[in-house]
Amino acid sequence: MLEVILISSIKVIVVVVVLLTGCAYATYMERKVLAFMQNRIGPNYAGPYGLLQPIADAVKLIFKEDVVPDNVERLTYTLAPMISFVPAMLTFAVVPFSSNFTLFGYEITGVISDLNIGILFVFAITSLGVYGILLGGWSAGSKYSLLGGLRASAQMISYELSYGLSIVGVIIIANTLSMVELVEQQSSIGSWFIWKQPLGFLLYITCAVAETNRSPFDLPEAESELVGGYHTEYSSMRFAQFFIGEYGNMLAVSAVATTLFFGGWQGPLLPPVIWFLIKVFCFMFFYIWLRATLPRFRYDQLMNFGWKVLFPLALFNTLLTGLWVLWLGDVLFGG
Amino acid sequence: MLEYLAIIIFIVAGIGIVLFTFCFSRLIRPANPYPEKTINYECAEIPQGHSWIQFNNRFYIFGLIFVIFDVEAVFLFPWAVAFGQLGLYALIEMVIFITILFYGIYYAWRKGALQWV
Repeated sequence: MLEVILISSIKVIVVVVVLLTGCAYATYMERKVLAFMQNRIGPNYAGPYGLLQPIADAVKLIFKEDVVPDNVERLTYTLAPMISFVPAMLTFAVVPFSSNFTLFGYEITGVISDLNIGILFVFAITSLGVYGILLGGWSAGSKYSLLGGLRASAQMISYELSYGLSIVGVIIIANTLSMVELVEQQSSIGSWFIWKQPLGFLLYITCAVAETNRSPFDLPEAESELVGGYHTEYSSMRFAQFFIGEYGNMLAVSAVATTLFFGGWQGPLLPPVIWFLIKVFCFMFFYIWLRATLPRFRYDQLMNFGWKVLFPLALFNTLLTGLWVLWLGDVLFGG
Repeated sequence: MLEYLAIIIFIVAGIGIVLFTFCFSRLIRPANPYPEKTINYECAEIPQGHSWIQFNNRFYIFGLIFVIFDVEAVFLFPWAVAFGQLGLYALIEMVIFITILFYGIYYAWRKGALQWV
């Protein structure tokens, strides 16, 4: 028992440290890739190629004064960044990042916790993120914050339905909710679920971008009309927590997309962890690419797209997959 | 239940990090508030009225539609997991269920509830 707790604790610490470093360097990657796409240089002063920039940013944020406006709701104002930070990390508790391996004579599983309801856990946890944003916007006492928070929550609930429904197709094919079993079923490139669920994948990735409030769905923080959106009144470490939460969410949906559609850690030659990281990295690059390419939606376009296009399509995809599996089951999926 | 133990450890670690960074930076950062600094931001003007203003009631309607359809979407998950064993019978039932959902979204659409104004 004690041994299990100890191994779990060590795994948790390793994953959290890697995750925080990943979030920090995701900001660096975003700035560098955006700069490359816009014919600029990007950060290049701190360290070689600006590689120490995230560390400089972290030190600056820690030393900054924490300005708290007079008419904030103290409790929710403090809790909101924490509520958006913790769920962003918690997703990684069920994402398998490697196959089982042996270290110092101990058999170690490649996932922190192999829940048999893994996917449901992920979706339950990512839904919690909206509370942080809504409470943060509501309690800050600024009109921009309130509008940003409301917009963010309306956007997130609108896309959450299609987000949840887009993976029902995968579950029908795989017959399981466990993330580990999902990865095991995708042992070769030909058996990746993206080939069997192309529409489901498109829906998933669109909704994931909207759920994480990223461009082109970044209306909650549309700086030309709402200043900073829900984190207008946040500074110092509280702002950093919101910020890490956002990048943590990006990493989380990338990791889940990798697991559900691209075979997780499965891959030839290289160690499983490396394959997992490469796939997540490709998704992060795709995110930044989108930001550099697409203009922002208008709000009515955003809501119309979510409800009148994505939601019917997600229902249709569920139905189609059901019919497909039943009629062509013996041919395509081996019964 | 051992799987959930690891999750609890993860939650504790997450909350620990949040509290640690927060308290650590409180120890070393400067604190110099004065009245002009702690006014809410409103483009360098003195804020007019409270921030809890009236807002578009569309937010409420979309919240309501979301709750209705999300509750129904929950039923799809157990069906999807067990689909392999249930076969044709379950599919027909689910076709009926999804048709009702489609009709629901059609109704909301026709009533103009999905129109952002």
